[in-house]
Amino acid sequence: MREGQIVLQEKARQLRKDIVEMVGVGKAGHLGGSCSLADIVAALYFSKMRHDPQNPRMPERDRLLLSKGHAALVQYAALAECGYFDKKWLKSLKQLQSPLQGHPDMRKTPGIEANTGSLGQGVSLAAGLAAGLKLDNNSAKVYVVVGDGELAEGQIWEALMASVNFHLDNLCVILDRNGLQATGKTDERFCIEPIREKFLAFGLEVFEIDGHDMGQILDALDKADQVSGKPTAIIAHTVKGKGIPFAENAAAFHNGTLTEEQFTTAMKMLEEEGGLE
Amino acid sequence: MSKHNQREAYGKALVQLGGENPDIVVLEADLGNSTRSILFQQAYPERYFEMGIAEQNMTSFAGGLSLAGKVPFVNTFAVFAAGRAYDQIRQSIATAKLNVKIVGSSAGFSDFGDGATHQAIEDMAIMGAIPNMTVLAPCDALETVEAVKAAATLDGPVYLRLCRNDLEDIFPKNIPYQIGEPIVLREGEDIAVFTTGIMAHEALKAAKTLEEEGISLHVVHVPGIKPLDEPAVLRQLSGKKAVITCEEHSIRGGLSMLISYLLRNEGVPMECVAVMDVFGQSAGSHEELMGFYGLDAGTICQKARRLLGK
Repeated sequence: MREGQIVLQEKARQLRKDIVEMVGVGKAGHLGGSCSLADIVAALYFSKMRHDPQNPRMPERDRLLLSKGHAALVQYAALAECGYFDKKWLKSLKQLQSPLQGHPDMRKTPGIEANTGSLGQGVSLAAGLAAGLKLDNNSAKVYVVVGDGELAEGQIWEALMASVNFHLDNLCVILDRNGLQATGKTDERFCIEPIREKFLAFGLEVFEIDGHDMGQILDALDKADQVSGKPTAIIAHTVKGKGIPFAENAAAFHNGTLTEEQFTTAMKMLEEEGGLE
Repeated sequence: MSKHNQREAYGKALVQLGGENPDIVVLEADLGNSTRSILFQQAYPERYFEMGIAEQNMTSFAGGLSLAGKVPFVNTFAVFAAGRAYDQIRQSIATAKLNVKIVGSSAGFSDFGDGATHQAIEDMAIMGAIPNMTVLAPCDALETVEAVKAAATLDGPVYLRLCRNDLEDIFPKNIPYQIGEPIVLREGEDIAVFTTGIMAHEALKAAKTLEEEGISLHVVHVPGIKPLDEPAVLRQLSGKKAVITCEEHSIRGGLSMLISYLLRNEGVPMECVAVMDVFGQSAGSHEELMGFYGLDAGTICQKARRLLGK
């Protein structure tokens, strides 16, 4: 086990608790696809990425974009935990005039790097950003998370081709392979496999991991740094709703609503020691 | 008067700006010879991105470049720039007010041979409806240079509409260009004619014809549909008996509707010269299409006479 891994697992648990708090009771919220990303996002913000909450626009910062913008909750939780803004903001999610919109808005939320939410556009934004950083000999890395359902968007593949064409080795595409989309199992709704072979055929360096195994996450992120001349992809196998047993692998919690009882149960499970296992 | 090409003027202006500002970058979707973005590639190959025939990725990618502090100019035909990549402009760029310039080349009927699929008659309506967007439609090559410079200076998204074919130089050299500021091309007494894009040429021709009939047109070029300096437009109405709007664009959502709305309480008779909610088609020349769709000096003359009961 790598040093600091326990701390990161604790951070991920905290992010999940904050996500459940944000979803709250009786309101719709993108719980499932936010929880599936909690470990990866914790690894990035609390270990891997070079960034400074006191200086959110620091030029040499590493960037994280969520092409699957509906998972904004996990990024808001991480940004608050890092100190980009007061944790009290989380309660205002999706309220009128709130700095925390339903989808990421760089003009409203410190630490958000781009406006995403219309699926399929984040990899292009990230690739353009990576290309711009390269022009300035800026060594910052750009991470972009895509959903598996999102892979049906043709623009993703245009962006991957462009990333290989421009040798964007400062770009790392992370696939949140949680297997579910809004209306059911991704593989049953629309065939996107074979993903690994497609990424390889497009010319990316591909790593495949358990997206809830902190050691594997950190290893893959480090290995991605070593690749030169081409972009990398990390296929992270995850569980939608991870950490909240009744929401795990349930498409209903893609943008689901928690009852009072479910909310209490979820918080209790996350607060229990080793609640993730 | 000599004729020049907006595309060529644009390409040269880009090269000049590229020399002054190292952050200017240019993206192209395999139409560089036509859009003349290729001139920038020849001058600054390291800042030129050939994106393949993939306008959607090109547009969001440009947004990403602007996130890194670059000033991207995105090039393709107007019909693809504003249509194919509409959602990328709206979502990736405009909601965040990113500093990206979208250049719609071969706009209106100027790509006369290629037919409806290549003729943008609704691009300004689409772009103008997007919050944060600026929409420019210069009348000739001289104004194109000014518009490109102004676009590069403005911090925010801009849509620039260019014509494919050579145009006479008509933009006055002694008037400073300002985005949204209407420019009087010819003083007149009877009818205020508001044009945008290349329609200024037809309005000036009509003014000459009507002068012999004792009708005086006051020709005002509007350098784009957004922003629109409304008080400045209203000032041009002073003493006029009627108004005509002219655009090589659909009646729906372009200059005509904006001016109509602006004049809703003025009680002034008005006619519009525009594309009346139809697609274009192939033809042997740009002029032929302009005549067929009633976007010519002859149509402006007819409407002027009707407005004055002559």
